[in-house]
Amino acid sequence: MAVNFVRPKIPKFTPDPWAIQFDQHGNLKHLLTIEGISPQWITRILDTAEGFVSVTDREVKKVPLLRGRTVVNLFFESSTRTRTTFELAAKRLSADVLNINLATSATKKGESLLDTLRNIQAMQADMFVVRHEQSGAPHFIAQHVEPHVSVINAGDGWHAHPTQALLDAFTVRRHKGDFAPLRIAIVGDVLHSRVARSQIHVFNSLNVGELRVIAPRTLIPQDIEHMGVRVFHDMRAGLRDVDVIIMLRLQRERMDAGLLPSEEEFYRLYGLTEEKLAWAKPDAIVMHPGPANRGVEIESRVADGPQSVILEQVSNGIGVRMAAMSLCMGRKGGES
Amino acid sequence: MNNPEQHPIPPQQALEKLHQAIALDQQRGWLNAPVMIGIHTGGVWVAQWLHQQMALSDPLGVLDISFYRDDFDRAGLHPTVRPSHLPCSIEGRDVILVDDVLFTGRTVRAALNEIFDYGRPHKVGLAVLYQRDGRELPICARWSGQDLNLAPGAHIKLSGPEPLGVELKNPNQ
Repeated sequence: MAVNFVRPKIPKFTPDPWAIQFDQHGNLKHLLTIEGISPQWITRILDTAEGFVSVTDREVKKVPLLRGRTVVNLFFESSTRTRTTFELAAKRLSADVLNINLATSATKKGESLLDTLRNIQAMQADMFVVRHEQSGAPHFIAQHVEPHVSVINAGDGWHAHPTQALLDAFTVRRHKGDFAPLRIAIVGDVLHSRVARSQIHVFNSLNVGELRVIAPRTLIPQDIEHMGVRVFHDMRAGLRDVDVIIMLRLQRERMDAGLLPSEEEFYRLYGLTEEKLAWAKPDAIVMHPGPANRGVEIESRVADGPQSVILEQVSNGIGVRMAAMSLCMGRKGGES
Repeated sequence: MNNPEQHPIPPQQALEKLHQAIALDQQRGWLNAPVMIGIHTGGVWVAQWLHQQMALSDPLGVLDISFYRDDFDRAGLHPTVRPSHLPCSIEGRDVILVDDVLFTGRTVRAALNEIFDYGRPHKVGLAVLYQRDGRELPICARWSGQDLNLAPGAHIKLSGPEPLGVELKNPNQ
């Protein structure tokens, strides 16, 4: 069997992506990537999210913080879960929300990104939540918006998905408390995963005891060890003594031929079944950013089992996105 | 000798006076099986003491009014937001809302808005350790440990929780 052992290079994203995320007073303005966000800021976002999660237990699941503000969900790539949780987060902050699905709209008719942006900005938007298939698109938008407008990256190409990584960190913290003693394993299609990249940044920033990635050689980017992870190609070895297992979606739509022999082969070696789950710690939690391919990277009995916190991740996502939005829009946080 | 109207009395003394005032109203039948809610941070310290003294059956509720402040546009989100937690339903209940210092009234306005997002209480009485001048909204305390008129620019700040202390900050002195 011919297997290509040359690990593909990930697209480089070189311009300084994080300086723009803060205003001149050091307040968070845009959330484009976890890189450049200090552990203190990450913790502040997670702590603020705790307050917002408690709001959802109430009779009225809404606070008046962003009343009169307009949030525009700019989705150049289709999404259900991320878009709806951003929409719900904005609505629970009392903002007005506009959903623009550009995967099927004007850009397909030849309008440039800047023209689209200018047109929507003319609708007095205060925040853009951007998903784009090109790495760096939210960063480009953040460079071109008016000064009062904030941009949140809801996933760009292979680059970053910061709010997903933050909600994962939030979910881990709720279940396991302190990050220092934890072993966390990220399993599957790391190569195509912007989620994995952001998770690696967030967990390393929060000083997780040990961060592992487990995947076939063809689905791991070159030199990933430099990001501070231990690489495993064998599930049994990689899952040993692990507290948190994060399964990634096999991104078939981004995959060139030849990276995998077959999905069946992948499932046999890397699919999280009850049998493989038993190799981790007995109280390990199982996470997945969704949407999960059952029978490809995860067995239904595991996805729906007692150790799965997958649905909790979705609810936590609302609180974390409320925190990110309100911290970006309340520019002078820090003064009381 | 300090003028009692311009200088705060020790917190323990104010706590006892506040407790007496609430107890008197309770004897008169103004409060029926009340629920107590403290406002972060100083209000919770005061409420913890009162809650224990009054031996209330429902656990103490705590409010962080950060999401209801009216200065979000100017000041942003408070750096430390704690979750609000009301451990029992307040629907149709008598509520004692507790804060440390009543000044402009804006915190209490925010707290009332938040309380009504949990349900519709039967009545809400405001208890504060120190009630000072400077109201910017039509809000006053039903019970207070001490009423003060401070010099222009002066502030009082509670420290705690153990022991409770009070500091008068007067920029003109």
